[in-house]
Amino acid sequence: MNNSRREFLKDTVKAILLAGLPLSAFEVFKPEVFAATILKGNKGKQWAFVVDITKCVGCGMCVKACKLENEVPYDTTVSRTWIERYVVLKDGKVLTDSPMAGRDGYLKDDPQGQKIPKEDIARGFFVPKLCNLCRKSTCVQVCPVGASHYTPEGIVLVDREWCIGCGYCIMACPYGTRFFHPVYKTAEKCNICYHRITKGMNPACVDACTFGVRKHGDINDPNSEVRKIVLTERVSVLKDEYGTMPTTFYIGLDHTVR
Amino acid sequence: MKSHVWRPFLVVLIIIAAFLILRAFLVPKDFGIHLQGTQYGNYTTGYYRKGDEDYWKAIKVKHRTRDYCKDCHPEEFENIMKSKHAKVQCENCHGPATDHPEKPEKLSIDRTRELCLRCHASLPYRPSVYAQLPGAPITLKMQDPVKHNPGIECVMCHSPHEAALKKEMLKKETRR
Repeated sequence: MNNSRREFLKDTVKAILLAGLPLSAFEVFKPEVFAATILKGNKGKQWAFVVDITKCVGCGMCVKACKLENEVPYDTTVSRTWIERYVVLKDGKVLTDSPMAGRDGYLKDDPQGQKIPKEDIARGFFVPKLCNLCRKSTCVQVCPVGASHYTPEGIVLVDREWCIGCGYCIMACPYGTRFFHPVYKTAEKCNICYHRITKGMNPACVDACTFGVRKHGDINDPNSEVRKIVLTERVSVLKDEYGTMPTTFYIGLDHTVR
Repeated sequence: MKSHVWRPFLVVLIIIAAFLILRAFLVPKDFGIHLQGTQYGNYTTGYYRKGDEDYWKAIKVKHRTRDYCKDCHPEEFENIMKSKHAKVQCENCHGPATDHPEKPEKLSIDRTRELCLRCHASLPYRPSVYAQLPGAPITLKMQDPVKHNPGIECVMCHSPHEAALKKEMLKKETRR
Protein backbone atom coordinates (compact mmCIF):
# COMPACT_ATOMS: atom_id res chain seq x y z
CA MET A 1 0.00 0.00 0.00
CA ASN A 2 1.37 3.33 -1.03
CA ASN A 3 0.01 5.87 1.37
CA SER A 4 1.68 9.13 2.22
CA ARG A 5 1.18 10.86 5.52
CA ARG A 6 -0.57 13.74 3.77
CA GLU A 7 -3.09 11.43 2.15
CA PHE A 8 -3.70 9.64 5.40
CA LEU A 9 -4.50 12.97 7.05
CA LYS A 10 -6.86 13.96 4.25
CA ASP A 11 -8.66 10.63 4.38
CA THR A 12 -9.04 10.84 8.14
CA VAL A 13 -10.65 14.25 7.96
CA LYS A 14 -13.02 13.00 5.27
CA ALA A 15 -13.88 9.92 7.28
CA ILE A 16 -14.66 11.99 10.37
CA LEU A 17 -16.89 14.35 8.40
CA LEU A 18 -18.71 11.45 6.75
CA ALA A 19 -19.11 9.64 10.06
CA GLY A 20 -20.55 12.83 11.51
CA LEU A 21 -23.36 12.93 8.95
CA PRO A 22 -25.33 9.87 10.07
CA LEU A 23 -24.58 10.86 13.65
CA SER A 24 -26.88 13.84 13.20
CA ALA A 25 -29.74 11.37 12.86
CA PHE A 26 -29.22 10.53 16.51
CA GLU A 27 -29.82 14.12 17.46
CA VAL A 28 -33.38 13.19 18.29
CA PHE A 29 -32.03 11.56 21.45
CA LYS A 30 -30.88 14.90 22.83
CA PRO A 31 -33.25 15.56 25.74
CA GLU A 32 -34.49 18.93 24.46
CA VAL A 33 -34.99 17.66 20.92
CA PHE A 34 -36.73 14.54 22.15
CA ALA A 35 -39.01 16.69 24.26
CA ALA A 36 -39.80 18.84 21.25
CA THR A 37 -40.83 15.83 19.18
CA ILE A 38 -43.43 14.65 21.68
CA LEU A 39 -44.50 17.82 23.46
CA LYS A 40 -45.69 20.51 21.09
CA GLY A 41 -45.01 24.04 22.33
CA ASN A 42 -47.51 25.87 24.49
CA LYS A 43 -50.84 26.52 22.88
CA GLY A 44 -51.67 29.57 24.94
CA LYS A 45 -51.86 32.70 22.90
CA GLN A 46 -52.28 32.63 19.14
CA TRP A 47 -52.48 35.97 17.40
CA ALA A 48 -54.94 36.12 14.56
CA PHE A 49 -56.03 38.79 12.15
CA VAL A 50 -59.36 39.59 10.52
CA VAL A 51 -59.60 41.72 7.39
CA ASP A 52 -63.07 42.88 6.35
CA ILE A 53 -62.78 43.63 2.64
CA THR A 54 -66.34 44.93 2.41
CA LYS A 55 -65.33 47.98 4.49
CA CYS A 56 -62.04 48.87 2.80
CA VAL A 57 -62.02 52.09 0.75
CA GLY A 58 -58.39 51.81 -0.28
CA CYS A 59 -57.16 54.95 1.48
CA GLY A 60 -53.74 53.42 2.07
CA MET A 61 -53.34 54.87 5.57
CA CYS A 62 -52.42 51.44 6.88
CA VAL A 63 -49.56 51.12 4.39
CA LYS A 64 -48.30 54.61 5.24
CA ALA A 65 -48.42 53.90 8.98
CA CYS A 66 -46.77 50.49 8.56
CA LYS A 67 -43.88 51.85 6.53
CA LEU A 68 -43.19 54.67 9.00
CA GLU A 69 -43.64 52.46 12.05
CA ASN A 70 -41.44 49.63 10.87
CA GLU A 71 -38.76 51.71 9.16
CA VAL A 72 -39.28 50.28 5.71
CA PRO A 73 -37.81 52.91 3.32
CA TYR A 74 -40.79 55.07 2.34
CA ASP A 75 -40.06 55.63 -1.33
CA THR A 76 -39.62 52.01 -2.30
CA THR A 77 -42.23 49.65 -3.73
CA VAL A 78 -41.66 47.05 -1.01
CA SER A 79 -43.91 47.05 2.03
CA ARG A 80 -44.89 44.72 4.84
CA THR A 81 -48.55 45.35 4.13
CA TRP A 82 -50.11 46.54 0.92
CA ILE A 83 -53.47 47.17 -0.70
CA GLU A 84 -54.48 45.62 -3.97
CA ARG A 85 -57.21 47.03 -6.18
CA TYR A 86 -59.34 44.56 -8.10
CA VAL A 87 -61.58 45.82 -10.88
CA VAL A 88 -63.71 43.16 -12.56
CA LEU A 89 -65.09 44.15 -15.95
CA LYS A 90 -68.36 42.98 -17.40
CA ASP A 91 -66.53 40.85 -19.98
CA GLY A 92 -64.89 38.91 -17.13
CA LYS A 93 -61.50 40.58 -17.36
CA VAL A 94 -59.86 41.31 -14.00
CA LEU A 95 -57.59 44.31 -13.61
CA THR A 96 -55.34 44.24 -10.53
CA ASP A 97 -52.85 46.80 -9.40
CA SER A 98 -51.07 48.08 -6.32
CA PRO A 99 -48.96 51.12 -7.22
CA MET A 100 -46.32 51.80 -4.52
CA ALA A 101 -48.06 49.12 -2.43
CA GLY A 102 -51.12 51.40 -2.27
CA ARG A 103 -49.19 53.78 -0.03
CA ASP A 104 -50.82 56.93 -1.44
CA GLY A 105 -54.29 55.47 -1.72
CA TYR A 106 -56.33 55.25 -4.88
CA LEU A 107 -57.36 58.71 -6.05
CA LYS A 108 -58.11 58.01 -9.69
CA ASP A 109 -60.14 55.42 -11.50
CA ASP A 110 -57.23 54.07 -13.53
CA PRO A 111 -56.70 50.36 -12.81
CA GLN A 112 -53.39 49.30 -14.37
CA GLY A 113 -53.18 52.77 -15.88
CA GLN A 114 -56.18 52.17 -18.11
CA LYS A 115 -59.20 54.40 -18.49
CA ILE A 116 -62.22 52.16 -18.11
CA PRO A 117 -65.71 53.52 -18.87
CA LYS A 118 -67.93 53.36 -15.81
CA GLU A 119 -70.53 51.19 -17.53
CA ASP A 120 -67.97 48.46 -18.30
CA ILE A 121 -67.12 47.90 -14.62
CA ALA A 122 -69.00 45.03 -13.00
CA ARG A 123 -67.51 45.39 -9.55
CA GLY A 124 -64.39 46.51 -7.79
CA PHE A 125 -62.89 46.29 -4.35
CA PHE A 126 -59.71 46.73 -2.34
CA VAL A 127 -57.89 43.89 -0.64
CA PRO A 128 -55.40 44.67 2.13
CA LYS A 129 -52.67 42.06 2.32
CA LEU A 130 -50.30 41.24 5.13
CA CYS A 131 -48.61 38.25 6.75
CA ASN A 132 -51.12 35.40 6.80
CA LEU A 133 -49.86 34.20 10.20
CA CYS A 134 -49.67 30.59 9.04
CA ARG A 135 -49.69 27.87 11.61
CA LYS A 136 -47.77 25.67 9.20
CA SER A 137 -45.67 28.30 7.55
CA THR A 138 -43.57 27.47 4.54
CA CYS A 139 -41.13 30.27 5.31
CA VAL A 140 -39.99 28.82 8.64
CA GLN A 141 -39.68 25.33 7.20
CA VAL A 142 -37.34 26.33 4.37
CA CYS A 143 -35.00 28.60 6.32
CA PRO A 144 -31.64 26.79 6.25
CA VAL A 145 -30.11 28.69 9.17
CA GLY A 146 -32.94 29.07 11.69
CA ALA A 147 -33.33 32.81 11.11
CA SER A 148 -37.08 32.59 10.50
CA HIS A 149 -38.76 31.33 13.62
CA TYR A 150 -42.02 31.26 15.55
CA THR A 151 -42.52 33.20 18.73
CA PRO A 152 -44.57 31.61 21.54
CA GLU A 153 -47.64 33.50 20.24
CA GLY A 154 -47.33 32.04 16.77
CA ILE A 155 -45.80 35.01 14.98
CA VAL A 156 -42.94 34.46 12.57
CA LEU A 157 -39.94 36.74 13.07
CA VAL A 158 -36.80 37.09 11.00
CA ASP A 159 -33.51 37.24 12.89
CA ARG A 160 -31.60 40.04 11.19
CA GLU A 161 -28.30 38.89 12.66
CA TRP A 162 -28.82 35.30 11.64
CA CYS A 163 -30.36 35.73 8.16
CA ILE A 164 -27.88 35.01 5.37
CA GLY A 165 -30.08 36.59 2.71
CA CYS A 166 -30.51 33.45 0.60
CA GLY A 167 -34.05 34.45 -0.34
CA TYR A 168 -35.42 30.95 0.03
CA CYS A 169 -38.28 32.12 2.27
CA ILE A 170 -39.18 34.89 -0.16
CA MET A 171 -39.67 32.22 -2.82
CA ALA A 172 -41.51 29.90 -0.44
CA CYS A 173 -44.18 32.28 0.88
CA PRO A 174 -47.26 31.64 -1.26
CA TYR A 175 -48.66 35.04 -0.30
CA GLY A 176 -45.66 37.07 -1.42
CA THR A 177 -45.45 38.87 1.90
CA ARG A 178 -41.68 38.64 2.17
CA PHE A 179 -39.07 40.86 0.57
CA PHE A 180 -35.49 41.99 1.05
CA HIS A 181 -35.08 44.95 3.34
CA PRO A 182 -33.24 47.56 1.27
CA VAL A 183 -31.14 48.71 4.24
CA TYR A 184 -30.48 45.56 6.26
CA LYS A 185 -30.27 43.28 3.19
CA THR A 186 -32.10 40.55 5.06
CA ALA A 187 -35.51 38.99 4.58
CA GLU A 188 -38.25 41.23 5.93
CA LYS A 189 -41.86 40.47 6.71
CA CYS A 190 -44.93 41.70 8.55
CA ASN A 191 -44.87 40.60 12.20
CA ILE A 192 -48.11 42.47 13.03
CA CYS A 193 -45.93 45.02 14.88
CA TYR A 194 -44.42 42.65 17.42
CA HIS A 195 -43.04 45.63 19.39
CA ARG A 196 -46.57 47.05 19.74
CA ILE A 197 -48.65 43.94 20.42
CA THR A 198 -46.23 42.77 23.11
CA LYS A 199 -46.89 46.13 24.86
CA GLY A 200 -50.64 45.64 24.61
CA MET A 201 -51.07 48.08 21.73
CA ASN A 202 -52.66 47.47 18.34
CA PRO A 203 -50.54 47.01 15.24
CA ALA A 204 -49.92 50.35 13.51
CA CYS A 205 -52.17 49.43 10.57
CA VAL A 206 -55.09 48.54 12.85
CA ASP A 207 -54.83 51.92 14.59
CA ALA A 208 -54.48 53.81 11.32
CA CYS A 209 -57.56 52.22 9.77
CA THR A 210 -60.53 54.57 10.10
CA PHE A 211 -63.09 52.08 8.84
CA GLY A 212 -62.45 49.14 11.11
CA VAL A 213 -61.27 46.90 8.30
CA ARG A 214 -58.46 45.34 10.27
CA LYS A 215 -58.78 43.59 13.59
CA HIS A 216 -56.31 41.54 15.52
CA GLY A 217 -56.58 39.45 18.65
CA ASP A 218 -55.91 36.20 20.42
CA ILE A 219 -57.90 33.47 18.73
CA ASN A 220 -57.58 31.19 21.76
CA ASP A 221 -59.16 33.78 24.06
CA PRO A 222 -62.92 33.04 24.26
CA ASN A 223 -63.71 36.73 24.77
CA SER A 224 -61.68 38.19 21.94
CA GLU A 225 -63.49 39.93 19.10
CA VAL A 226 -61.44 38.09 16.51
CA ARG A 227 -62.46 34.72 17.89
CA LYS A 228 -66.11 35.73 17.86
CA ILE A 229 -65.89 36.86 14.25
CA VAL A 230 -64.11 33.71 13.12
CA LEU A 231 -66.65 31.51 14.93
CA THR A 232 -69.84 33.28 13.93
CA GLU A 233 -69.19 34.94 10.57
CA ARG A 234 -68.42 33.53 7.15
CA VAL A 235 -64.70 33.99 6.91
CA SER A 236 -62.25 32.57 4.43
CA VAL A 237 -58.50 32.38 4.04
CA LEU A 238 -56.23 32.96 1.09
CA LYS A 239 -54.81 29.95 -0.79
CA ASP A 240 -56.26 27.30 1.49
CA GLU A 241 -54.99 24.64 -0.92
CA TYR A 242 -51.41 25.25 0.17
CA GLY A 243 -52.16 23.76 3.58
CA THR A 244 -50.38 26.54 5.43
CA MET A 245 -53.29 26.98 7.86
CA PRO A 246 -53.36 30.79 7.87
CA THR A 247 -54.85 32.68 10.80
CA THR A 248 -55.41 35.85 8.80
CA PHE A 249 -59.08 35.60 7.95
CA TYR A 250 -60.93 37.58 5.31
CA ILE A 251 -64.56 38.64 5.24
CA GLY A 252 -66.06 39.16 1.80
CA LEU A 253 -63.30 37.54 -0.22
CA ASP A 254 -63.90 37.27 -3.97
CA HIS A 255 -62.87 34.31 -6.10
CA THR A 256 -60.76 36.61 -8.25
CA VAL A 257 -58.46 37.43 -5.32
CA ARG A 258 -55.15 35.62 -5.45
CA MET B 1 2.35 2.01 17.78
CA LYS B 2 5.11 4.13 16.50
CA SER B 3 5.21 7.93 16.51
CA HIS B 4 4.56 8.25 12.76
CA VAL B 5 0.99 7.15 13.42
CA TRP B 6 0.48 9.21 16.55
CA ARG B 7 1.55 12.47 15.01
CA PRO B 8 -1.09 12.66 12.26
CA PHE B 9 -3.68 11.46 14.77
CA LEU B 10 -2.74 14.36 16.99
CA VAL B 11 -3.18 16.77 14.08
CA VAL B 12 -6.66 15.36 13.42
CA LEU B 13 -7.57 15.73 17.09
CA ILE B 14 -6.38 19.34 17.04
CA ILE B 15 -8.53 20.01 13.96
CA ILE B 16 -11.59 18.58 15.71
CA ALA B 17 -10.86 20.49 18.90
CA ALA B 18 -10.35 23.73 16.97
CA PHE B 19 -13.66 23.22 15.20
CA LEU B 20 -15.50 22.61 18.47
CA ILE B 21 -13.90 25.61 20.18
CA LEU B 22 -14.65 27.89 17.24
CA ARG B 23 -18.22 26.60 17.14
CA ALA B 24 -18.69 27.29 20.84
CA PHE B 25 -17.62 30.91 20.26
CA LEU B 26 -19.60 31.51 17.08
CA VAL B 27 -22.93 29.95 18.05
CA PRO B 28 -24.79 32.21 20.50
CA LYS B 29 -25.73 30.72 23.86
CA ASP B 30 -29.45 31.12 23.24
CA PHE B 31 -29.40 29.44 19.84
CA GLY B 32 -30.91 26.02 20.02
CA ILE B 33 -34.17 24.22 20.17
CA HIS B 34 -37.02 26.12 21.82
CA LEU B 35 -40.25 24.37 22.56
CA GLN B 36 -42.20 27.55 21.92
CA GLY B 37 -41.27 27.45 18.28
CA THR B 38 -42.74 24.04 17.64
CA GLN B 39 -46.47 24.57 18.12
CA TYR B 40 -47.33 23.66 14.61
CA GLY B 41 -44.20 22.48 12.91
CA ASN B 42 -41.97 19.57 13.85
CA TYR B 43 -38.95 19.94 16.10
CA THR B 44 -36.82 21.47 13.33
CA THR B 45 -38.88 24.68 13.38
CA GLY B 46 -37.85 25.15 17.00
CA TYR B 47 -34.25 26.04 16.14
CA TYR B 48 -33.63 29.75 16.54
CA ARG B 49 -31.92 32.43 18.55
CA LYS B 50 -34.15 33.27 21.50
CA GLY B 51 -32.65 36.74 21.88
CA ASP B 52 -34.18 37.76 18.57
CA GLU B 53 -37.55 38.18 20.26
CA ASP B 54 -36.06 40.92 22.45
CA TYR B 55 -34.60 42.62 19.38
CA TRP B 56 -38.05 42.96 17.85
CA LYS B 57 -39.68 43.94 21.14
CA ALA B 58 -37.19 46.80 21.46
CA ILE B 59 -38.22 48.48 18.18
CA LYS B 60 -39.39 52.01 18.91
CA VAL B 61 -43.13 52.69 18.93
CA LYS B 62 -43.70 55.68 16.65
CA HIS B 63 -47.46 55.87 16.29
CA ARG B 64 -48.69 56.67 19.80
CA THR B 65 -52.42 56.92 18.93
CA ARG B 66 -54.84 59.68 19.97
CA ASP B 67 -54.56 58.81 23.66
CA TYR B 68 -51.07 60.28 23.57
CA CYS B 69 -52.32 63.55 21.99
CA LYS B 70 -55.42 64.28 24.04
CA ASP B 71 -53.82 65.60 27.24
CA CYS B 72 -51.84 68.41 25.61
CA HIS B 73 -54.30 69.17 22.79
CA PRO B 74 -57.68 68.78 24.55
CA GLU B 75 -59.49 71.31 22.34
CA GLU B 76 -58.56 69.66 19.08
CA PHE B 77 -59.19 66.26 20.57
CA GLU B 78 -62.71 67.14 21.73
CA ASN B 79 -63.52 68.83 18.46
CA ILE B 80 -62.60 65.84 16.37
CA MET B 81 -64.25 63.37 18.72
CA LYS B 82 -67.55 65.23 18.26
CA SER B 83 -67.21 65.25 14.49
CA LYS B 84 -67.72 62.62 11.85
CA HIS B 85 -63.94 62.28 11.70
CA ALA B 86 -63.87 60.80 15.21
CA LYS B 87 -62.38 57.56 13.99
CA VAL B 88 -59.55 59.21 12.10
CA GLN B 89 -56.35 59.01 14.10
CA CYS B 90 -54.47 62.27 14.69
CA GLU B 91 -51.31 60.67 13.36
CA ASN B 92 -52.91 59.85 10.02
CA CYS B 93 -52.61 63.50 8.99
CA HIS B 94 -49.98 64.80 11.42
CA GLY B 95 -47.49 61.97 11.08
CA PRO B 96 -46.12 59.70 13.80
CA ALA B 97 -45.63 61.45 17.14
CA THR B 98 -42.65 59.34 18.29
CA ASP B 99 -41.35 61.46 21.23
CA HIS B 100 -43.19 64.53 20.02
CA PRO B 101 -42.67 67.39 22.46
CA GLU B 102 -38.95 66.61 22.47
CA LYS B 103 -38.24 64.86 19.21
CA PRO B 104 -39.63 65.97 16.80
CA GLU B 105 -40.41 69.35 18.36
CA LYS B 106 -43.03 70.14 15.75
CA LEU B 107 -45.15 67.73 13.78
CA SER B 108 -45.84 68.36 10.15
CA ILE B 109 -49.40 68.72 8.90
CA ASP B 110 -50.32 67.14 5.62
CA ARG B 111 -52.63 69.72 4.05
CA THR B 112 -52.52 68.35 0.52
CA ARG B 113 -55.58 67.56 -1.55
CA GLU B 114 -54.21 64.08 -2.02
CA LEU B 115 -54.58 63.29 1.66
CA CYS B 116 -58.32 64.06 1.71
CA LEU B 117 -58.88 62.36 -1.61
CA ARG B 118 -57.58 59.06 -0.23
CA CYS B 119 -61.08 58.58 1.20
CA HIS B 120 -63.17 61.27 -0.49
CA ALA B 121 -62.33 60.76 -4.17
CA SER B 122 -65.33 59.17 -5.82
CA LEU B 123 -64.58 55.86 -7.51
CA PRO B 124 -67.25 53.63 -9.04
CA TYR B 125 -66.21 50.79 -6.74
CA ARG B 126 -65.58 52.75 -3.54
CA PRO B 127 -68.23 51.97 -0.93
CA SER B 128 -70.03 55.20 -0.02
CA VAL B 129 -72.21 54.19 2.91
CA TYR B 130 -70.69 53.23 6.23
CA ALA B 131 -72.17 51.33 9.09
CA GLN B 132 -68.92 51.62 11.07
CA LEU B 133 -68.66 55.36 11.60
CA PRO B 134 -70.31 57.20 14.51
CA GLY B 135 -73.86 58.18 13.66
CA ALA B 136 -74.13 55.25 11.28
CA PRO B 137 -75.29 54.57 8.69
CA ILE B 138 -73.87 57.64 7.03
CA THR B 139 -72.81 58.38 3.52
CA LEU B 140 -69.21 59.33 2.92
CA LYS B 141 -68.92 62.70 1.18
CA MET B 142 -67.61 61.74 -2.24
CA GLN B 143 -66.14 64.29 -4.62
CA ASP B 144 -64.84 64.11 -8.14
CA PRO B 145 -61.40 65.72 -7.74
CA VAL B 146 -61.44 66.95 -11.34
CA LYS B 147 -64.74 68.84 -10.99
CA HIS B 148 -64.69 69.96 -7.34
CA ASN B 149 -62.51 73.10 -7.09
CA PRO B 150 -59.35 71.61 -8.63
CA GLY B 151 -56.05 73.12 -7.56
CA ILE B 152 -57.28 74.44 -4.21
CA GLU B 153 -56.39 72.79 -0.92
CA CYS B 154 -59.44 71.25 0.73
CA VAL B 155 -58.57 72.91 4.04
CA MET B 156 -59.17 76.34 2.47
CA CYS B 157 -62.90 75.81 2.97
CA HIS B 158 -63.24 72.64 5.05
CA SER B 159 -62.18 72.03 8.60
CA PRO B 160 -60.90 68.48 9.02
CA HIS B 161 -61.30 68.61 12.81
CA GLU B 162 -65.01 69.36 12.45
CA ALA B 163 -65.52 67.37 9.26
CA ALA B 164 -67.53 70.30 7.93
CA LEU B 165 -67.19 73.63 6.18
CA LYS B 166 -65.19 76.17 8.16
CA LYS B 167 -67.25 78.53 10.32
CA GLU B 168 -66.26 81.61 8.32
CA MET B 169 -67.30 79.83 5.15
CA LEU B 170 -70.68 79.01 6.65
CA LYS B 171 -71.18 82.68 7.58
CA LYS B 172 -70.42 83.72 4.03
CA GLU B 173 -72.96 81.26 2.76
CA THR B 174 -75.76 82.46 5.01
CA ARG B 175 -75.03 86.10 4.12
CA ARG B 176 -75.49 85.35 0.44
